[in-house]
Amino acid sequence: MSRRGSITLAAVLAVIAVAIGIALSYVIHWFPVQASTQARNTDALYHVLVIATIPIFVLVVTVILYCVWQFRMKPGEELKDGPPIHGNTRLEVIWTALPAALLLGMVGYSFVILHKNEEKPRGVPEVQIDVYAQQFFWSYEYPKAITGGAPLKSTHLYVPENYTVYFDLHSRDVIHAFWVPAFRLQEDVVPGITTHWRVTPDRLGSYPVVCNLLCGVGHSLMRSAVHVVPPAQFQSWIKGQQATAASGAAGARASTGGGVASGGATG
Amino acid sequence: MLARFRAPGFYRASVWMVLGVGFATALTWLVRMANGHATYQHYLNTDAILTVSLFSVSLAFLAGIGGFDYWAYWAAGKPTRPEDHSGHGAYTWKDYFRINTDHKVIGIQYTVTSFFFLLVGGLIGMLMRAQLAQPGSQFVSANTYNGLFSVHASLLIFLFVIPVFAGLGNFVIPLMIGAPDMAFPRLNALSYWLLPVAGIMMLASFLVPGGAFADGWTAYAPLSTNAPIGQTFFSVAVQFAGASSIMTALNFLVTIITMRAPGMSFFRLPLLVWANFATSLLVVIATPFIAASQFFVLLDRALHFNFFNAGNGGDVLMYQHVFWFYSHPAVYIMMLPGFGIVSEIIAVKSRKPIFGYRMMAFSLLAIVGLGFTVWAHHMFTSGMAAWIRIPMAITTAIIAVPTGIKVFSWLATLWRGVLHLDTPMLFALGFLTTFTLGGISGVMLAMIPFDIHVSSTYFIVAHIHYVLFGGSLMTIFAGVYYWFPKMTGRMFDERLGKWHFWTTFIFFNATFGPMHILGLQGMPRRVATYAAKFADLNLVISIMSFGLGLSTLIFVYNMINSWRGGPVSVANPWRGMTLEWQVSSPPPVFNFDRLPTVVGGPYEYGVPGAVHGIFSPAPATVGAGSSSVGAPSG
Repeated sequence: MSRRGSITLAAVLAVIAVAIGIALSYVIHWFPVQASTQARNTDALYHVLVIATIPIFVLVVTVILYCVWQFRMKPGEELKDGPPIHGNTRLEVIWTALPAALLLGMVGYSFVILHKNEEKPRGVPEVQIDVYAQQFFWSYEYPKAITGGAPLKSTHLYVPENYTVYFDLHSRDVIHAFWVPAFRLQEDVVPGITTHWRVTPDRLGSYPVVCNLLCGVGHSLMRSAVHVVPPAQFQSWIKGQQATAASGAAGARASTGGGVASGGATG
Repeated sequence: MLARFRAPGFYRASVWMVLGVGFATALTWLVRMANGHATYQHYLNTDAILTVSLFSVSLAFLAGIGGFDYWAYWAAGKPTRPEDHSGHGAYTWKDYFRINTDHKVIGIQYTVTSFFFLLVGGLIGMLMRAQLAQPGSQFVSANTYNGLFSVHASLLIFLFVIPVFAGLGNFVIPLMIGAPDMAFPRLNALSYWLLPVAGIMMLASFLVPGGAFADGWTAYAPLSTNAPIGQTFFSVAVQFAGASSIMTALNFLVTIITMRAPGMSFFRLPLLVWANFATSLLVVIATPFIAASQFFVLLDRALHFNFFNAGNGGDVLMYQHVFWFYSHPAVYIMMLPGFGIVSEIIAVKSRKPIFGYRMMAFSLLAIVGLGFTVWAHHMFTSGMAAWIRIPMAITTAIIAVPTGIKVFSWLATLWRGVLHLDTPMLFALGFLTTFTLGGISGVMLAMIPFDIHVSSTYFIVAHIHYVLFGGSLMTIFAGVYYWFPKMTGRMFDERLGKWHFWTTFIFFNATFGPMHILGLQGMPRRVATYAAKFADLNLVISIMSFGLGLSTLIFVYNMINSWRGGPVSVANPWRGMTLEWQVSSPPPVFNFDRLPTVVGGPYEYGVPGAVHGIFSPAPATVGAGSSSVGAPSG
C-alpha cells in the first residue's frame, strides 16, 4: 500500500472511531438524574467537553498505531536509522496555537455556564435555608422568612420545586462538603466561615445528600436526603413541623435541640 | 567489638537510636515538670515522647549510620580527607547497605528502596479494593480503611514516584553530562538515607494507638490537627522525605550547572537532564511549602498554636493554600522526569532526532513557571473567594499547551522512524495513550461547573491514577528497563518484559477507566462503603486491580532473575548516542576513564557521521586518571 493510501485508510478509520466515540458518549449513562436547571447546564457542558476531546485522543492513538503499523523495524533494518528531521517550525506553531485557542474556547464556554449556574435568576422566588454539618450528620434550619415565626430546626431537607434555594453552609467541627449529585452542586462546609450555593430544583423527588470531604471515621455514612416538593406541600410540611415542634417543646423543654440530634440521617 | 559500635553503620545507629528515645523521654519529662501545674500531673506522656522521638530517633539513626560524619569531623577540627573515596563503589551486596558516596550506588539504593515501597503501597491498594469489592464492611473497619488509603497515597507519592525519579536521575545524570559523580556526594548519600526513615515512619503509624494517619495524604486541617498520634507520623515523615527531595534537587542543579563535560552546552543536554533540571527547580522552590504546612499542623497538635482552629482565630483555608502551593507543582515533580525518560527512549527507539528539541526544553520551563499559578484549581469547591477560580481555571487550561507540545513532538519523532518495539518502547507508547487520557480529564477538571460536580469523587481518583500510574509509573517502568543493562551489566528477559507491559496496560485501564463513570454517577472518594447502585462496577474494578497487582510480579521476577543471572550486556545495547552508553556496563567507578568532550547534539540519529561525544585518546594511568577527575568536595 502506498504511503498516501495508508494515510487515507488511517484517517478514515480515525473518523469512524471519533463517530463511534461520540455516539457512545450519548449512549453511556454518565450522570444521575437531573433535578435542577444547573444540572442540565453542567451536563450540557460535559457533553461539549467530551465531543471536543474525543478527536484529540483519537488523533494521538491513530498516529501511534499508524507509526507502529508502518514504521516498525522490519527484518534487515536492525542498523537502519530514520531520516534526520529536527523539527518543523510551521507545524510547531500550529500545535501550539490551535490547542491554545481550543482550550481558551472551552474555558470561556465553561465561564458562561458557571455564570448561568450561579447568578440569581430574575422573577423566581427564593428561599434561604441554613445547613449545619457535624460529625457525622446533617441538620437544617428554616429561618423566619419561611416559617413566619421562630426558626424551624429539622433533620429533614425539603425544598420547593422551581424556587431558587440559597443554602448557607455552617460547620460545627471539621470541614465537610455539602453535595447533591442530582443537582451537580457542592461546596465545602468550612468551620469559621459560611459558604453558599444556589440551586433551582426543577424535578420532584428525593435525592441523596452526600458528605464529600473526608471528615473522619463516619464519613462514608454521613448521608441525608433532599426532597423536592411542590411549593404548597413545602408550606404545609413547614406548618406540620412547627406544630410537632411546639407540642414536643411543651413536653420536653429540658433537652434543647434534642429533636435535631435524635433525627438521624436518612437517604 | 567496641570498634563496631564506634564505626558508622547499623550497630552504632541502633545504640544511638536507643539514646534518641532516652533523649525524647528526658526532654518531655523536664518540660512538663518545669510547667508542672495541674494540667501536667503525668510527666510521662506517650504522645509527647513519640512526637519528640520521631525527630530524635531519626536523626540519631542518620548520625549513627554515618550521614554526618565528615561534616562533624570537619566542624570539630579533626582531620578529614576531602579526596577520600573509600565510600565509593559497590563491590559486594553489603556495600548497598552503608553510607555510599557513589552516585551509581545511590541511584540503585534509591530505585530499589522506592520499588519496595511501591510493592507495599500496591498491596495496601489491593486491600482497599478487597474492602470495596462489595458495599458494606468486608475486611477492615472504617478507621483502618481511612488509614489504608492515606498511607497508600503517601507512600506512593513521597516514597515511590518522587524518589524513584531521583534515583534514576542520580544514576544517569552524571553519566549523561560527562561528570565523574554528583557535585556533593556526601549530601547525596545523606539524602538517600532520609528515605527509609520517612517510609518506615509512615508504615509504623499503623502500630500506634488510634491507628495510622487517616486523613488522606492531603491531611486537611482541622481534621488532622485533632486526629490521634498516627497523624504526627505523617507530619514528621513528610519533613524527612521533603528534606531528601530538596537535597537531591540542589545536588542535581549544581551538578548540571557546574559539572558538564567540555562542549556540553545547555542545548546539547539530553532532555532527561533538562527534565530533571526543571524538576529540581520545582522541588527547591515548592517543597518548603509542604514542610511548612506540616509544621503548622504539628505545632497545632503538639503545642496548640491554633493556626487552623477557627474558634481561636485560626484560618482553615490557609492550610489548603499552603499545601497545594507545593502539592500542585508536586504533580509536575512527579511527571517531568518521566517526560525526560520518554524523550530519551522515543528518540533512540525510533532512530530519529527528537522533534523540536528546543521547544521540548522550553516547554519544560513553561510548565515550571505555569505550575506555580494553578494550585487553587484543587480548591474550586473549598469556599475560597469565588473570583480566584477564574484566573486559576485559565492558567490550568493553558498549562495543557506545553504538555500538548511535548505529546505532539513525540508523535512527530515516531513519524518515519525505524521503530524498535521492545519493552522500554512499549511502555513509552503505552504512556503516550494513558497520559493523554489523564491530560484530557485534567483539562475537563479545569472547567469549573464540571469540577464542582466531580470534585472529590471517583472521577478524581481515576484522573490522578491516569496521571500518576498511566503517566509516571509507565515512564518509570520504561526507564528501569531502558537503563537496566547499564545499571546491572545484564540484560532483562525481553519476553517477560512484553508480558509485563501488556498485562499492566490492560489491567490498568480496566481498573481505573470505570472509575470515571463511578465518579460522574456520584460515588465519593475516600469512603469505606458505598450505595448499592455502585456495586457492579466496583466488583469489576476490584477483580481487575488484583490482575494489575499480579502483573507486577512478572516485573519483580524478571528484574531479580535477570540481575542475578541474565545474559551479560554489551556497553551500548540500544545504540544510543548519549554519553552513558559510551562507557562500560556497569560503568567504571569514576564513570569516565577517558575524558569526554561533547561536539554535537544528543539525538543525531540518521545524520551521517554525527557523534555526540568524543573521548580523549588514551586513558591516563588508571589510578591517577580517575582521581584527577574527582568531584568537588562537598
